[in-house]
Formats: sequence, structure tokens, C-alpha cells
Amino acid sequence: MTDSQTPSGAGAATDEAPVTATAAANAPSAQATGGRSFLPKSTLLRHLLVLVVCAVGAVILLESTSPFRNSQFATLSYYAIAAGGLTLLTGLNGQISLGHGALMAVGAYTTALMLDVERGEDPLPLPLILLLAALAATVVGAIVGVAAARLHGPYLAGATLALAVGLPGLAIYFHDTFGGEQGMTVRAPRAPEWFTSFIDTVSGNPASGTKWLAYVGVVCLLITYFFLANLVRSRIGRTWRAVRDQDVAAELAGINLGTWRVLAFTVSACAAGLAGGVLAIVVRLAAPSGFTLVLSLSLLTAIVLGGLGSLLGALLGSALLVFLPPFVTDLGTEWGLNSTEAAQLAPFVYGVVLVAAMLFAPAGFVGTIRMRWLTMRAKRAMAASAGSTSRG
Amino acid sequence: MSLFAAATVVSSVAACGGGDDDSGGGGGGGGANEASDIGITEDSIKLGAHYPLTGVAAPGYSEIPLGVDAYFDYVNENGGVYDRQIDYIYRDDAYNPTNTSQVVNQLVLEDEVFAIVGGLGTPTHSAVLDFLNSEGVPDLFVSSGSLLWGDDPETNPYTFGWQTDYMSEGKIIGQYIAEEFPDAKVGLFLQDDDFGEDGEAGVREYIDDQIVAAVRYTPGNTNVGPQIAELQASGADFVVGFNVPSYTALSQLTALQLGYDPQWFYSNVGSDTELVGRLLANFSQGAVGDASVLDGMLTTDYLPTVDAPDDPWVQKFQEIWESNGDGSDLTNYKLYGMSMAYTTIQALQAAGQNPTRDDLVEAIETVGAEWEGPLLAPFRYSEDSHMGTGGMSISRLVGTTAEEVRPVMITDIGDAEIEEWDGEETAPPENGIPDEPAFNE
Repeated sequence: MTDSQTPSGAGAATDEAPVTATAAANAPSAQATGGRSFLPKSTLLRHLLVLVVCAVGAVILLESTSPFRNSQFATLSYYAIAAGGLTLLTGLNGQISLGHGALMAVGAYTTALMLDVERGEDPLPLPLILLLAALAATVVGAIVGVAAARLHGPYLAGATLALAVGLPGLAIYFHDTFGGEQGMTVRAPRAPEWFTSFIDTVSGNPASGTKWLAYVGVVCLLITYFFLANLVRSRIGRTWRAVRDQDVAAELAGINLGTWRVLAFTVSACAAGLAGGVLAIVVRLAAPSGFTLVLSLSLLTAIVLGGLGSLLGALLGSALLVFLPPFVTDLGTEWGLNSTEAAQLAPFVYGVVLVAAMLFAPAGFVGTIRMRWLTMRAKRAMAASAGSTSRG
Repeated sequence: MSLFAAATVVSSVAACGGGDDDSGGGGGGGGANEASDIGITEDSIKLGAHYPLTGVAAPGYSEIPLGVDAYFDYVNENGGVYDRQIDYIYRDDAYNPTNTSQVVNQLVLEDEVFAIVGGLGTPTHSAVLDFLNSEGVPDLFVSSGSLLWGDDPETNPYTFGWQTDYMSEGKIIGQYIAEEFPDAKVGLFLQDDDFGEDGEAGVREYIDDQIVAAVRYTPGNTNVGPQIAELQASGADFVVGFNVPSYTALSQLTALQLGYDPQWFYSNVGSDTELVGRLLANFSQGAVGDASVLDGMLTTDYLPTVDAPDDPWVQKFQEIWESNGDGSDLTNYKLYGMSMAYTTIQALQAAGQNPTRDDLVEAIETVGAEWEGPLLAPFRYSEDSHMGTGGMSISRLVGTTAEEVRPVMITDIGDAEIEEWDGEETAPPENGIPDEPAFNE
């Protein structure tokens, strides 16, 4: 880690630091892990299987928890979608973005505008609206990506920071279209009939609006992660990793660094846009105060805590964002603090967790566990080979 | 058992001693307490709220729930409402609408509150307006003067405003300037959202021809130099500000730097002298020690303030704060919270002994306009309007005390006339707890 603090050339800095920090990103593919896996050999088939298992798991989870937990899962889903895109950009491609909150705002405002129809008229179908939200953010992301591809480290952080600070200001400037500081209220689409009958068949629970939004969020989350996981394991993912780890070597191998960086930014922006769309319908409002710098920074802390470059890590980090503050607040109230003190405890504890993670698990949850596991396996392999040589 | 419950209700009402006894809260009904709706049990009522307890909006606003809590605590000690103890839960949204929707979800779905009371902020509360109304949760006394809460009860039947809306406030200010300062050249200093917009619309109804400049600031941008310079350049000698307290401090500091000294008129929201004084000292790093630069400032009031320590309501709340507060000084924000809690108790009493959520709403619509309380003017509640109080007085800050320069005027949104409020000043009940009869008896 000390290498990264001494400016001894780009090559030296990237030699070690990212290896630890992004340990979570370097998942070997199933073929490489050896023959003990029961999963199909084809990446696509394997991911499809995981997708189906996750979908069933999600239905069980949503049907066995209270309506409030359902609403928390809806919140979790939009954080996790955005964090998934960001972890691909930062963990896999090595670019930092402090502007993902702004890209979410693009998605959220697109959704709000699409759903803002006269009473009695039907808005476009929800999947189409969410797709358009993702597309709008993709376009903005591509433009920003072109600028971002030329920048590195602190300069890139600065440029995307400007995006995070500046873009919500547009909503205030064009307040006739975007509702200004007060924002645009989003009339959340009601659950269709087939959903009601589906829930009735599965569990018999009442199909409330909250539940519908939770399902919309979770479905978007699963689809996004399915696409992202396939990208990570494909040639594209490998190229991104090459660009991140050794840009000189990558360029020598014929990879156009700029193009691949723009592509990473665009994909990541697409995820952020979809997350913004989900946020708009879950929160039922798109307002500038919902897309402050704090949002962009919490996404970044989520992927760092979870493990840079890992989708599972992004999910875990987002879960921490959603579940930790209410948990700490309730705990504080139980300990006899008044509500104000308990509320102030939540950001404090989150900060402590972040500091502790940086000190003791700099690779994040997933990265740390994966490194432990790899070390253990290597040791066992060494012991085995040592044993066989001594016997032989 | 039912006899016993009724007896305790009557005896606790009698012990209160305030008001006339035969119309005492619940005295007529008799029957036993029942768990009549979500959030109500035989011996408790659960209420929830969202406030910015952390983050940029926390200074000042985070004190409001302390006042509410202290007052409910006091009511609980004195027997509660129909022998039910009030269980008040407030949660932090950091003034971020995304968080508001999460904590209100938690309050409604997990804590299962009977009603939301006093949720604070226009953008924050807008995020939960649709949710609360579609779930049928009473959404009482929103802490914001936006028109959203009251002007369309058909769309939002469960939401009620409480404080004077910004448009009515603007009208009362406009008429005052037209009558008392007919030659003033007026500049407007506005927050760039519906707060500034509604206020401007109200002021312009009366002095459109006197206004020489209207400048807007974006919350979060701390440089108001260009705006104040524009006001100065336009020759305005009377500035009306619809802004939050931190921008009162910023505009004062900027005006000092520019050597600009008009007559200042800050609307109620931005005029808390204690907080502005603290902010001034903080922003100027001690160069301006207190709120003395505000001397001579005009402002509006719809509640008695701590600047009027002789007011009987302030004295009563001071007493309650001393016995049930956390030991800190009483501030206008805590006073606001306690006053709002007072209205809440009136609403709960009026809803009857075993109310449903719809009963609560109907009670406020039916009898809410008749309630007397710490507010200077009555509420405008009816089936067609959920707007809160429509009255304000105007006062001038002299030294550290406020002197009333215009008595309470009442009006309504749109082109409603402004009239002088001819009602009598109210005095608090002896024990500080209201005693409203059930609306349906």
C-alpha cells in the first residue's frame, strides 16, 4: 500500500495498490477454479441459473417479511442498482465518479416527466419508462464519459464532482419544467391486476402499493445484475481490468484506452439512470434535495465497504446503507437516548464502520473474504505439494 | 370495567379544572376505551413525525420535536387524552425527501402510528403526501406554509396545514407597506421556490407598482452578494425577505459589507432573532456578536414568541417546559412545537373517545375552526379548506423585544379581503391542557 503514496511512476503505483483494493473484482471464472463446481460451464447458463434462484429467493424474502421491510427492499434495490454500475466503473475500470447521484437525477426526472400526464390519460407502460430513464442517463453518461476518459485520479473526481453539484441546479433554473426546489411529485403507478392475482396465488398476502414497488425494484435489480455479471465475465470485462491494471501494457496489446473508458462510463451511467427511475417511483418525488453530493458519496462508500468491483459487494454495501441507520437509531432509543441523539448516532456509527473497514479490511467484505479463501487454498495446495514431494 | 373507565375520565377532566365541566372531553360518551383503529389501544395513542435532526437544516428545526415531546409528556402526566397515553415517535430525515419517504414508511408500516403530526418541510413532506393520503393516514399540521397542504382537500383529504401560508402572509405584508410606507421603493429578497413565489404573489397583490426589484437566491449557495448589490442598485429603500434564517444572517452581513441600509422586513420564517444572532456570530467569525444589527427590523407573527415574556401563553409553556423539558432554555422553535402539540390534543379530544382515522379528519373539518389556542387567529378548517391559521400581526424589533405595530389581520389565499381580527385574545386554560368536547356528541 505504501507504493501508492510515493509518486514513482504510473506503473509502480498500480502494481500493488489496486490488487489489494480491488481483490473483490478479480473473480476467477468457473473454468479457472477447477472441476469441483456443479454449475454449468457456460457463463450465460450459469448466470441464468443464479438469476432464477435469486428470483425465487427474492419472492420468498418479500413474501415472508413485513410491509415495512418490503419498502426497505425497494430502497435497497435502487441503491444497489446504482452501486452495481459504479462498482463496475471504479472497481473494474479504475475510474472514480463522484457524480453518480447526478446521473440518478437524470433517470429520476425522466421518469417523473414521463409519468406526469393529465388525470385520466394513461402514461407509457412502466418498463418502457424505466428503459427511457436508463437511456437518458446513458446519453448524459456518454457525454461525461468522453471528458472523463481524458482525466485521471483527482482530476476525474473533480470533474464528476462538478456534475454532482451542478446538475441538480438545472432543476432549479428550469423550475417551470422541473418543479424547482420543491421537485416533481411522481404519481406512483398502481399495481396491475395480474400482480394482485400472482401475490394471491403465491402467499395470499395483500398486494399493497408498497409491495408492488418492492417487486418492481427487485426485478430491475436482478435484470441489471444479470447483465452486469455477464459483462464482467466477458471479453469486455477482461479488457476493462487490463485498462485498469496496466494501461501501458493494455495499449501495447492494441486496446484503445479512451474508447473502453467511455464504454465503462456509459454502462455505469445506464445503471445509474435505471436506479434513478426506480428511486422516483419508490420515493414518489424527484427533487434536487434528494440528489445531493451525499448520495454520490454514499454510493461510493457502499461499494468500497462491500468490496470494489464485486456486484455482491455492491449489494452488501447498499444493504448497509439502508439497514444500518434505522437499526442504530432504534438501538440508541432502546439505550435511553432521546430521538434526536439516537438520530445523530446513525451517521456516527456509519463513519466508524467505514473507518474500521478501511483499517482492518481495506478490500471490503467480499474482497477480504475472497483473499482469505485464496490464501487458505494456496497454503493447502502448497502443503499438499510439499507432502507429495516428501513422499515421492 | 366500563364504569370504572368512565369514572376516571370524568375525574381526570374534573381534576383539570379548566373550561366548563359539562362539555368536558369525553364526559358525555361514557363507554370503555377500545382499540378503535390502527395506532390506538385502550390506553395509548401512537403519533409520528419527521424532522431534520441532523444535517444543514437541523439547527433550529431539530428543537421543534423537543417542544412537542415535552408538551405530550405533560399531558400524559395529567391523565393523557381519554386516559390514553400519547406515544410520540419522531424520526430524522436530514431534510432529504428520499429519507423522508423511508422514515414515514417506517412510521406508518412498522411503528403503525395513528397519525403523522407536524412533519416538517415543503420538499420533504411533498414526498410522502401521496403515500399518506392513499394509505388513509391523517397527516396533521404540516410544519410549512406551502399552499399544498390545504388548498385541495379533495385530492389530499387527510392532510391539514397549520401555520399561516406564505401567500396570506405576503398579502398582509403588502397591505401594511401600502398603507404605512406608500412612498417606499420596495425590493424583494426571495428564496427560489414556492416559499418565495407564494410570498411574492401575495405582496404583489397590494404593492405591485412600488416594487423596484425582485431577486432570488438558491438555497445552498451562500454568496448573496450579487442579489444584495442588485437591490442596492435598484434604489430600493425597503427590502422584504421571504427567506430562511441563515439567509437573514447572510443578507445582513452582505448589506453591512456593501454599506446598504434599507428598512428590512423579514417574513416569519427567517426572523428568529435568537438563531439569526447565533448564525451572524458564526458566519462573521465573531465580528458581529449578536442580532443587534437587526434592531428596527419588521416581521410577522402568528404565535406569541419568547420576545414577549409577559404573554400568558408563553408563561404557561415556559412553566411546562421547565417541568417537562430537557433543562435547556425555551426557544421560539420549542414554543412552536408546544403550540402545535396543543392543537393536536384539541384534535384528539374532539375526535371522540374511540375515534377512527376518519373521525379525526372529520372532527378537524367540523369544529377545528372554533378552537382557541396559542395562535393569534383562528384556523380556516372546513370541508373545503384544510388551510391552517390565516392571521398575522406585524411587529418591530426594538432592542431585544418585539413591539406590535399592527394588530392581528386575517385573510385567505387568492383575492380574499384582509380584515382586522376582532376576536378576543385568548388565555390558556389553568392547567395548560385544552378541553374540547367530542365533535359528534
